[in-house]
Amino acid sequence: MARRAAPEINAGSTADIAFLLLIFFLVTTTMDVDTGITRKLPPPVENPDEDVDVKERNVLKILVNSHDMLMVDGKRSDVRLLKDKTKDFMALHPDNPDYPEITTKFIEELGKEFPASKGVISLKNDRGTSYEMYIKVQNELARAFNEMKDERSVELFGVKYSQLVDENKIKAINKLVPVRISEAEPEDIGGK
Amino acid sequence: MPGINTSSLPDIIFMLLFFFMVSTTMREVTVRVKQRMPEATEVQKLEKKSLVSFIYIGEPKNTKLFGTKSRIQLNDVFASVDDIPEFIAKEREARDEADRKFITTSLKVDGNTKMGIVTDVKQELRKSGAFKINYSTRKKVERRSR
Repeated sequence: MARRAAPEINAGSTADIAFLLLIFFLVTTTMDVDTGITRKLPPPVENPDEDVDVKERNVLKILVNSHDMLMVDGKRSDVRLLKDKTKDFMALHPDNPDYPEITTKFIEELGKEFPASKGVISLKNDRGTSYEMYIKVQNELARAFNEMKDERSVELFGVKYSQLVDENKIKAINKLVPVRISEAEPEDIGGK
Repeated sequence: MPGINTSSLPDIIFMLLFFFMVSTTMREVTVRVKQRMPEATEVQKLEKKSLVSFIYIGEPKNTKLFGTKSRIQLNDVFASVDDIPEFIAKEREARDEADRKFITTSLKVDGNTKMGIVTDVKQELRKSGAFKINYSTRKKVERRSR
């Protein structure tokens, strides 16, 4: 019995079907990458009355009030100056009582001891501060620390921090330049 | 003149289709608050989108119905600060046991919001043990003027 050749399926409309799907995905796609400043919150304090003793000279106090004005170490300041001020504060100033104390820190990854500043940045904002201002301040602080990391990295390994590939080196830099930003427990100052 | 051979057209379209299928992330929540993020230069990309839970804060889009006071939105509904521990617990529940400690909470906050509400949310997150947070910002193109 002669077999009849099966008629070929008309594939001409596959393109149309694919187009339909394509358009669906085109419309639903959101290509935006989420970017932001990553921070780690401290665990809640158990004894609110217990004050952690930090020496005055080791702290750079940053206050932002409800009118988005900035005060750094008791003086009015500007966001544009904040980065350099932070870097200056966190830099090593041996034998200068105006700057933070210096300790030595053993870095396992490099097998050597390094001098490190004991400085902490303390950030306090009012409930009425705008989020925009807060992010500006956080951004400047992040920039200060990133630049310090870059400088340290260039000094030790000859490349910028962002171009480091070796995980140990990245760890070492992170230990050498810890991002020490402490946010004060919220307080109501200045009302609404 | 012979017609152009269109038999490979579906293949080309399929290729495009796969590209979009792979790059698509479906948006599962409708954002009901205004979201004009502040700009920052020192931003990091949020890796592993499946491990990020979002909290939206801002002025409601529908000001006639909800007023102009900044509100918190969790999933699809407006919520109060007290709902955050439950939200975090649910988000944790939904993830793999091994991945739970890598969950990042992304705060998508409108630039005009006052810090009071953000601080309340942060305090609540601290209590719930969600320490890794990300302040969502737009990346600002840096102008090297200095």
